[in-house]
Amino acid sequence: MTSIPIEHGLILAGILFVLGLVGVLTRRNIVFVLMSLEIMINASGLAFIVAASRWEHADGQVMFLMILTLAAAEVAVGLGLIIQMYRRYHTVDIKMLSEMKG
Amino acid sequence: MQDLIWLLPMFPLLGFLSLVLTSGNLPKKLVGVIGVGSIGLSFLAAAVIAYQFLDSGETKLVVDMWRWMAVGGFTPGFSFYFDGLAVVMVLIITGVGFLIHLYSAGFMLDDPSYSRFFSYMNLFVASMLVLVLADNLLLLYLGWEGVGLCSYLLIGFWYEKPENGYAARKAFVTTRVGDTSMAIGLFLLFAQFGTLNIQDVLQEAQAQWALGSGLAVAVSLLLLGGAVGKSAQLPLQTWLPDAMAGPTPISALIHAATMVTAGVYLIARTHVLFELAPNVQLLVAWIGLITLLMAGFTAMTQYDIKRILAYSTVSQIGYMFLGLGVGAWSASIFHLMTHAFFKALLFLAAGTIIHSLHHEHNIFNMGGKRKQLPISFASFMIGSLALAAFPFTSGYFSKDEILIAALEMEGPGMILWLGGVLGAFLTGIYSFRLVFVVFFGESRGHHEEAEVTGFSMATPLILLMVLALFGGWIQIPVAEVFAHGGEQEEHHISALMHGIMIAVPLLGIGLSYLFFMSKTFSVERLMQKPLAESLHRFWFSGWRMDGLYDFLFVRPFVLLAKINRRDVLDALYDLLVEISKTAHAMLARSQTGQLGLYALSIGVSAVLLISLGVLL
Repeated sequence: MTSIPIEHGLILAGILFVLGLVGVLTRRNIVFVLMSLEIMINASGLAFIVAASRWEHADGQVMFLMILTLAAAEVAVGLGLIIQMYRRYHTVDIKMLSEMKG
Repeated sequence: MQDLIWLLPMFPLLGFLSLVLTSGNLPKKLVGVIGVGSIGLSFLAAAVIAYQFLDSGETKLVVDMWRWMAVGGFTPGFSFYFDGLAVVMVLIITGVGFLIHLYSAGFMLDDPSYSRFFSYMNLFVASMLVLVLADNLLLLYLGWEGVGLCSYLLIGFWYEKPENGYAARKAFVTTRVGDTSMAIGLFLLFAQFGTLNIQDVLQEAQAQWALGSGLAVAVSLLLLGGAVGKSAQLPLQTWLPDAMAGPTPISALIHAATMVTAGVYLIARTHVLFELAPNVQLLVAWIGLITLLMAGFTAMTQYDIKRILAYSTVSQIGYMFLGLGVGAWSASIFHLMTHAFFKALLFLAAGTIIHSLHHEHNIFNMGGKRKQLPISFASFMIGSLALAAFPFTSGYFSKDEILIAALEMEGPGMILWLGGVLGAFLTGIYSFRLVFVVFFGESRGHHEEAEVTGFSMATPLILLMVLALFGGWIQIPVAEVFAHGGEQEEHHISALMHGIMIAVPLLGIGLSYLFFMSKTFSVERLMQKPLAESLHRFWFSGWRMDGLYDFLFVRPFVLLAKINRRDVLDALYDLLVEISKTAHAMLARSQTGQLGLYALSIGVSAVLLISLGVLL
C-alpha cells in the first residue's frame, strides 16, 4: 500500500483551515460561524493525524481524540449560547451585536 | 501637693475636652459652670501650690510627668519647672484668666456658640499654662503653638464675617513668621548642646559661650524673632490691632493674661542667653522703645475704642521689652503683671460699654456717659490712671522701675529713658482722651441705653479695679530667678528725675484735658494745618506698616500666585496625562464590537507572528 505523501495531507489541512477561517470572517449567521470553527478544528486535527502517520507515532492520534472531545464540548456550549442569544435578541446575526463597542 | 502641678493645665484641658466632645449640646448654665469653673479650680490649685512653694523656701521645683519621646539621645519629657517666675505667670494667667472667664459667662450669654467660645478659651489658658510651666523648650514650643492656634480660633470666632477671618489669618501668619525664627533658634540650641532642657541649656551656654560670641548672638536673635511675633513688637506688630475682630473678652485674654505676654516671658526665661549677647539685648531695648513710641502716636489718632486699647497694649509691651533690654528683668515681669490687671480691666469695661451701647465702637458717638454707665466709668478711670502711671496706682510702680533701670544703664540709657518718658507723656494723652471723650462732655447719641451688668460681669470689674489700684504693692518673688544679674543695688536717682517721671504723665493728662475737656485747644483747628493733618493720617494708618507689608509681601505673593495659577511644573504631568488619554482614545476606537473584525485581527496577527518566527 503506497502511503499518501505528507505534503498532500498538510495542503488539504491548510485548505480546510483557510476555508474555515474565511467562513468565520465572512459569515453573519452565528450558526455558520460555529460550523466554520468546527471545520478549522478538524483541519488542525487532520494535520495531527498526517504528522502521526508520517512519523508513526501515537501522540498525534491521542491529540486528535482530545480535539474531538474538545470540539464536542465547545459545540454544546456554543449552541447553548446561540439559543440564549436568539431568545434575548431574536436574531442570529453577529453584526447586530456590537454592544461591547469601546 | 506640689507634685500636683500638672493639675494646673489639666483642669482647663478637661474643660476644653468636655465642652468640645459634647459639641454644644449642654445647657448654657452647665457650659458656664464648666468653662468658668475649670479656670477657677486651676486658680485655686495654683494659689495653694504657690503658697506652699514660697513657704517651703525652695527656689525651684521640677516635676517629671512622663517621657514624651525618645529619639537617639533626645528625650524631652512632659516635665514642669516651677520657680518664682512661674509662680507669677501662673497666678496672672489663672487669676486674671478666671476673672475674664467669669465676665464672659455674662457677656457671651446671648451668643449661639456659647460652648464653642468657652472650649477655645479653656484651651487657650491650658496652652498658656503649659508654655510657662514647661521645663524644656520643646514643651514650651507646644504651648507656644497652642496659644497661636487658639488666638486664631478666637479672633475669627465670628467667622461668618469675612473680615474677621482675614484678621484671624493675619494674626496667625504674622506670628508664624516669628514662630519659624524661634524654631530655628531651638534647632540651633539642640545642635549645640544636644538638649532642650531650659536650665541645662542656660548653664551650658554660660559655660561654653564667650560674651558676644556669634552663636549667642544668633540664638538670641532667633528667639527674639519669636518673641516679637507673639508679643506684637516691631516689625511684627501689625496683627494685634486687627485682632480686635474677636469678642471683647478675647481681646482682654489675649492682651492681658495670655499670648502677648508669652514673648516677654520667653526672653525673661532665657535671659542668660541675652546677657551673653549684649548687642542683641540692646536691640531688644530699642525695639521696645520704637514700638512704644509708634504705638503711642497711633493710639492718639484712633477712634475705635478697642483699637485705642490695642495700640496701648502694643505700647505697654514695648515698655516691657525696654525693661528686658536694659536688664531690668524683674521690673519687666512686674509691669507684665500690673499691665495684666489694668488692661484686663480696661478691655472688660470697654466690652461693657460696647455691649450696653449695642455694638458702638466709635468713641465720638458716645460722650457724657459717666452717669449712664457708672461701673464702666469707674473702671475706665482707674484703668486709665494705672495705664498712664498716675502716682501710686499699680502702673506707676512698674513703669517707674523700668524707667529707672533705663536711666541707670550706661551708654544709650539716657536716650532710652527720654524715649520712655515721652512714651509716658503720650500714654497720658491717649488714655485720657478716651476717658474725656467717652464719659464727659455732651452726649452724642445712645441716650437711652442702660448699663448692662450683672453679677458675673460686675464682679470681675470691681476686683480688677482693686488690683489695678493696689497691685503695685504686690511683691513678686522673682529675685532668685534673676539673682545672678547685678540689678539688686539701691537706686541712686535724683529727685529731679523722679519729679520728671511723675510730672510727665500728668502733663499728658493735662494736655488731653485742654483738648478734649475744656476745649481750650481745638483738634479741628490743629487739623487745618497741612502738616498736622498729614501726620494724623500717617499715624492713623499705624505708620503705614500695613501698607508697607502689603506692598512688600502680600502683593508680590499674590502676583506670583497669579502668574503660577496654572502650575508650571504641572504642565509636565499634564503632558503625560494628555498622551495616555490620546492613546486610550485611539485604542478605544478599535473596539468596534464586531466579532468578525476581532477574528480577522487575530488571524492576521497570527500569520504575521508565525511568518516572523519562520523568517527570522
